[in-house]
Amino acid sequence: MSQATAQNDDGWSRQVHGLAARARISLVTTVPDAGLTQLLQLCCDDDAMRVVTLSTEEEGIGMAYGAWLGGARALLCLQSSGTGNCINALALPAFTRSPCLMLVTMRGQEGEGNPAQFPMGRAVRAVFEAMGVVCLEAMTKEEVPSLFGRAVDMAFGEGKACAVLVAQQVIGVKDFAK
Amino acid sequence: MTGREGGKLQRRDVLASILAARGDALVVSSLGTSTYDLFAVSPAAENAYLWNAMGQTAPVGLGLAIAQPERRVLVVAGDGDMMMGIGSLSVIAAQAPENLSILVIDNEGFEETGGQTGLSAGRADIAEIARGSGFSETMVARDEKGAARLPDFLWRQAGPVLAVVKVGASSDGPAYPCMDGPELVGTFRAAVLGDQPG
Repeated sequence: MSQATAQNDDGWSRQVHGLAARARISLVTTVPDAGLTQLLQLCCDDDAMRVVTLSTEEEGIGMAYGAWLGGARALLCLQSSGTGNCINALALPAFTRSPCLMLVTMRGQEGEGNPAQFPMGRAVRAVFEAMGVVCLEAMTKEEVPSLFGRAVDMAFGEGKACAVLVAQQVIGVKDFAK
Repeated sequence: MTGREGGKLQRRDVLASILAARGDALVVSSLGTSTYDLFAVSPAAENAYLWNAMGQTAPVGLGLAIAQPERRVLVVAGDGDMMMGIGSLSVIAAQAPENLSILVIDNEGFEETGGQTGLSAGRADIAEIARGSGFSETMVARDEKGAARLPDFLWRQAGPVLAVVKVGASSDGPAYPCMDGPELVGTFRAAVLGDQPG
């Protein structure tokens, strides 16, 4: 892990983990991102959570549905590039009105050093909203836990697909000049 | 394009003989013919019929197996569905759920859309891909003798296990389970969770 992300976290990962634990989320699926490092480590260290590494993000949509059928709650953690991979799988929670809770760390926004990240980064909200996913974007680290709490309520209380988008300015910018 | 060789086995006969021994197992089926077959031969509240999200049957089965570790979960996937979600085999092997079995009903083509030839008709061998993904128990049934081994293979062994059954074109028409998404979820969860919805 070379990216200087963990020190920029300022506690949002710990707060999100705490909220997830309180919401009885027992399954955390992911294709990792540097900005998720601390949150995923907290989940790995939590005996009540199982962290599953995926081959592609849409598997996390299917797993969340299977978990819900079996009475368990899941969270999918992904980088914004992976949102495009989820499109067709999102028809599953949309059709069944099942909870689908996601936390997305953004690339391709303000300060992005890799122009290849712009197309998918810009499309995230349009793609998700087209599939019925409610997007809550956190522009500051303080907003992350409060929006995550709302997303938990929407997902498990109302049976919605809901994503918290953590803006790139919260995570920090990957420096390609290094 | 390589032609479809398939097998002579009839998919609903094979599935019926397997599900006759299902006990309290939970079954997930992929969209299209596998869902019709499951509904035709073993309709039950403990069936999770998929109507969309091709490629997600095995991941749904994995999520369910993790949530319900005391019950056997059987994934019934068509070859096209399994190929589309083929990466999930490595995820399942890594998680190693002892209660998860996968049956791939392999007709080597896309029956639902007109019988176009599929990848498993050619060089792709789903059982070998499963082995390469980390499954230690796989089998392929091509005839009656092989099919007779399937119930024990799928129900009696510690998972994860994967069996491929090579079948011929279906001679049965579609059989449609409930097409209301929330109702499907409600029925399944009520049967499995009772008044402990989690």
